[in-house]
Formats: sequence, structure tokens, C-alpha cells
Amino acid sequence: MEVQSNNASMFRGGFSDPVFNAQSVFRRVMDALARPGSVVRFDDLTSPPAPLLPTVGSIAATLFDHDTRIWLDPALSRNGEVAGWLTFNTSAQLTLQSYDADFAVVADLESLPSLESFSQGTQEYPDRSTTLILQIDGLMGGRKLHLSGPGIEDVAAVAPKGLPEHFFDQWASNGARFPRGADVLLAAPEGIIGLPRTAKISLSGG
Amino acid sequence: MSDTVAPGGPQGKPSDDAHAGRQQAMAVLARASGKELAEAWQAWPDRPEVRPVRGPETGLVMVRGRIGGGGAPFNFGEATVTRATVKLSNGKVGHAYALGADKEKVRHAAIFDALWQDDAFRADVEKKLVAPIRDRLEAEDNEHREETAATRVDFFTMVRGED
Amino acid sequence: MYVAVKGGEAAISNAHQLLADRRRGDRSVPAMHIEQIVEQLGLAVDRIMSEGSLYDRELAALAFKQARGDMIEAIFLLRAYRTTLPRFGYSNPIDTGNMLIERRISATYKDLPGGQLLGPTFDYTHRLLDPELMGDEAVDAPKRRYAETGRTPRVSEILAHEGLIEGDGNLPDDHQTGDLTRTPMEFPMTRDVRLQALSRGDEGFLLALGYSTQRGYARSHPFAGEIRIGEVEVEIDVPELGFAVSLGRIQVTECQMITQFQGSSKSPPQFTRGYGLVFGQSERKAMAMSLVDRTLRATELGEDLTAPAQDEEFVISHSDNVQATGFVEHLKLPHYVDFQAELDLVRRMRAEYDEGRDGKAPQGDDLEAAE
Repeated sequence: MEVQSNNASMFRGGFSDPVFNAQSVFRRVMDALARPGSVVRFDDLTSPPAPLLPTVGSIAATLFDHDTRIWLDPALSRNGEVAGWLTFNTSAQLTLQSYDADFAVVADLESLPSLESFSQGTQEYPDRSTTLILQIDGLMGGRKLHLSGPGIEDVAAVAPKGLPEHFFDQWASNGARFPRGADVLLAAPEGIIGLPRTAKISLSGG
Repeated sequence: MSDTVAPGGPQGKPSDDAHAGRQQAMAVLARASGKELAEAWQAWPDRPEVRPVRGPETGLVMVRGRIGGGGAPFNFGEATVTRATVKLSNGKVGHAYALGADKEKVRHAAIFDALWQDDAFRADVEKKLVAPIRDRLEAEDNEHREETAATRVDFFTMVRGED
Repeated sequence: MYVAVKGGEAAISNAHQLLADRRRGDRSVPAMHIEQIVEQLGLAVDRIMSEGSLYDRELAALAFKQARGDMIEAIFLLRAYRTTLPRFGYSNPIDTGNMLIERRISATYKDLPGGQLLGPTFDYTHRLLDPELMGDEAVDAPKRRYAETGRTPRVSEILAHEGLIEGDGNLPDDHQTGDLTRTPMEFPMTRDVRLQALSRGDEGFLLALGYSTQRGYARSHPFAGEIRIGEVEVEIDVPELGFAVSLGRIQVTECQMITQFQGSSKSPPQFTRGYGLVFGQSERKAMAMSLVDRTLRATELGEDLTAPAQDEEFVISHSDNVQATGFVEHLKLPHYVDFQAELDLVRRMRAEYDEGRDGKAPQGDDLEAAE
């Protein structure tokens, strides 16, 4: 992907202390995925160009590297500054094929593609699936969801704001493909919620 | 610009022409010694303020060869590489990459890459730093070539029998 | 079953201290500097880089010193170190035709552009120990002679030759270059991945296999078409710059082996090629690699599989000396419980065996049934 070379914004806003910043973000992401339904708060450790959220910038700077392929939704891939920032700060390679991606970042959830269009992993290597990072408006204030599954004692209730209605059908089919399937991180400006493929969502009153 | 950065020298792809000067300067900086760059930086008048943007950090580059020398690429082993990106107080962002793990050398190379991009300093960077190092490297290459040439076999044919 | 047993910490710690002492040796003898190893034991350093699959002379020399000269231990150290580093990317393929040549010979063509350049070779030495090297005698500077600059084409480039020598190896356009440091090995493998495995393979193992092909285990009539040693430039495309930058140069050894081929249902009679490319100056390794590369192409060329050197799974799975040493050397770790279990089993079998002998004369049929 062609990236502007003297676009100053791509060189700004990375981790100030790469090792310790990445360790703390890694811990938070791991906690979020180990305890689905818990809300994990984030500090603003990066300041990527909008519309990429700082939480997503931090996750990218932690998990993306030269060996990962990243798919950006059109809202992000159209934005040369975002693509440049990610490339410079993570060395990751951008891909246009969603089914090739190790990670996908989606800013415009209304046009979220079907989860099935991403890599589902294989029966032998289910870990080779895409992890989606979905940018949402907030960790609270949305429709109430009851989560159950590994990592949740009984039921956990969360209300992320900004998930489109069609996501819930998608998620049910995703769970049916187990052990294959995508994992999701919901990233809001203030923090993240982890949705590993094993988490079941039931809609309150739905 | 000298065309004897051989062997290799950045292979001039058409799209790279606009960058050829900078590319060749960066190639020389990558092969400079840490001492050469440190001394040049120490002696630099009115040193600008330098802010680290990325690194210096050491990592790996997988070196590729080609099957049969010119066929399909294959990965044949990694090399340690150090890279750095710095920003000067004049706003210029400089990058450097070099084989090995000498972080200070690569940081200095990134500073000189940033200075090279400033029209006010380019000639100085070329004259005080790039040209002398290029001369040294070319002299060393030439010495190697001549030492190797002395081991060239000059065949001569013994005449046997008569036609 | 594995049972954790604690203890021996003091013994281990003291053993490490003893190792450090023995490594240092007699304190009245000056310690070796890394630069001395790099400068004066360069071929050992090259072998560690080649089989450690990491080009870094200083680190390879450090590994050599730390390993007390144990090659495989040093290679292991280098391999372990590389796992701690992030990957920045893949280089553009090096151009061995554009090499600052230190040695270049062909056994197939006497007169070739660029000539036969012997370089710093052991060939034509008398293999007599040189007592002068017991000391630090002054060494004369090498002779010099006018040299042309510019590209020295590979022999394979010069000789398209009536189509009687096959070209450089190509793979389909949509083939993604494989990388065995990222993807687990699968058999059969493509030639690119095979070459990566061979390039980091154990020199002794590949040498023995190459030798076996010459002795008749797989039909092979090899000629060293060309061997060249020298420095090539390494470049990488930098996305934030939008152009390729030079990282500097590395030294490599390349071998083009040419073998006569009688033809098969898949290919006409011609000269086929095997390829060797390794870090540093490692002529023997590059030659052995090219022989084995060629024999491993048996299936591709429609040859009968008759010899170990043609068996890809056998060759590649056993060519990595770090893997091999790990599995062989793990046998010295405590297997107390395993052994107890086997001991009980053997005791029982022996008791049954002795009972059979002490009782009535055993009948063959009964014995077999008891097994």
C-alpha cells in the first residue's frame, strides 16, 4: 500500500515507552478476553489520527507486527493518515482481503461485513482466524446483553453502545462454527470488552 | 552522483529516481562506522535538537535469495538490523537502517538523513560526511578487488604434438 | 508420564560456576576478545551464522566463545537469541551476479568472463602443519593486480547453451514465498522452503548425504558449474519511505552444481542444476547443499526414488542440528520414572521366561502364544 512519506502525523503518537506500554495493554486485552463481559478501562497511551481510537491505536501497537496482516474497513482504509500511522508504528502489512487478515479494524459498524467473510481458522489451527476490533461509541448505554460461557461465572451483563442489530445474528452463527470462528474486541474511547468466540450473547427482552 | 556504490548500489527502479540521491546517501551511512558518524555529529556546528520517534531498535530482516541465482525468491536466513527514526527541531524526520546492532550509529545516521533532507544542510552532509566515507569504502573495495585479481589463474597451453 | 522432582539447585549453580571457570581456563593466558574470534576464526563464525540462520559476526563470535568452541551449542545460542527480536521485514532478493567477488571458480568452463579467481582458499595447500603459526610471525600483505569493476555474470547466465542446461528455478507466479520460521513444515515442500531448510542445515549431515550421492546412492554426475564467494548488498523496501534502502553488505557463498540427466517422462535429457547459498565463506556447505537440492528434485524430474538423499522427509526432518541435538541430548535428562516402569516390565518378562525354562521343556507353539 502506498503511504505518504512526509506525512508528519504518521510519525506522531506512538507508545512513549514501548516495552512497558505494550505489556500493560497486553495484560488488559488478555483480561478482557479471559473474562468476557467485564469492562476493561484503558489509558490513552497512543494518539493515532482520527477516526482511529486511542484504545485501538494501543491495541494495534501491542498486537500488530510485521507478521500480521491487517484489514481496515473502508472508513479507515480511505484515510491515508490512519494507514500510514499503523504501518509505521506497527510494521504490519495491510491487506485488502478480509479472509487473509489476522486482525480487522472496523470503524463504521453499520457497514460491518459478515463475520463469515473473515478468516475462520481451520479445524487443525482454529487460532488462525481473524480477530476483529470493532470501534463502538461507548461501553455503556447500549442495548443490554447477557453473556455466558467460559470465563463467566453465571451471566455477565454489559450494554455496549453502537453495535448494529445484525451483529447479534452474526454472532450466533459465529458460535455455531466452533472451534473455528472469529474473536472480537469491542473498543470504545474509554476501554474495551472482549468477546471470544466461546461467549454466548442473549438479548435482554429480545 | 558516483555510480560506483557497487556492488549493487540501489538498483535504480524508475520510481526511485526522485529518491536516488537520498537513497545513495543512506546506503553510505548504513556502511559507515559508528566512530565516523559519532565524530561527524560531535563536530557538527549548531546541532539541532533531536527527538526520538522510533527506536533505535534492533530486529531481524529475513534475507532473500533466488533459486539458481535468478529464479524464484526464497528465504535463506535472517540478519540483525537496527533502525531509528528521529525528528529534528527544524521539523525534518530522518530514518536509518543498517545491518548489525549498533544503536548509536544508526541513531546518528537517522540524524544525518534528516539533515540531508534540509536544503540548507544537504551540501554539508554530502561534503563533510558522505563523500569521505564513500571514498574510504570505494578504496577498500578496490583493494579487495585487486587482491582477488592477483589470484586470477592465467591459463597457458602447452603445445603437444604437431598438427 | 512426567513427574516433577525438585532438588539439585546448589549443584546446578555450582556446575555453572565451574563451567565459567573451565571456559576461562588458565588465567595466566590472556582472554580472547570477540574481535580476535571474528578476525582469526572467521570460518567458525561463518558456520555458526549459517546454521544459526542469523547473520551477525559479533554475536556468532560471542556464541562461539560462550560455547567454548562447541559449534552446535553456539548455533543453538544464536537461534535462541533470534527469537527475542522482532521481524522488520523481508529483504529484496540479493543479486549474486552483482557481487564484490573474493573467490570465483568454475570446474566446467576454463575461460569465462571475469576469470577463475582462487581467492583465500585452502585448495593447493599441502596440508602440512605450519609451525610458524605456533607464534605470531609477521604475515606479508597480499599481492595486488589491476582489477576491472562491474558485474560478473554467473556462469548460469552466460550459458543459455542450446537449451541443454535448465534455467534458474521458477515457481508459479502466484506462489507465496514460504518461510519455515513462520509456518510449520509440511511435506512435500516447495523448492523455496527446502532451500531455506538446507541453507540452515547441518554441514556434516549435508556433506555426508552429498557424498552418498556421489558414491551411487541416487544417480548423479555432478560438476561444480560455479562457486563464488563475496559480498552482496541487502536492500529492504521501507513503506514509510516509499523506496528501498540499503542495509549494507553480507558475505555469501553460492554454488551452482550441474548434473547430467538422462531424461524421463517429465523432462528431456539435459543438464539439471542444484543450488547452494549460505552465509559467509562456507564452500563445502554450499556444495553439499547444491548436491542435496538436486537429489531432492527427484520427484519433480520424474526420477526413481531409491536413495536416502532423495527422501525429502528424511533429509529435511533430520538436517537441523539444533532440533537433532535437542532430541538426542534430552535422553540425559532424568527419566527415573520411565525407567522404573520399564524395569518392572523387564523383571516380569524375565520371570515368565525363567519359569518357562525351569518347568517342562517349553514347546515352541506355547512360547509364541505367550508373547
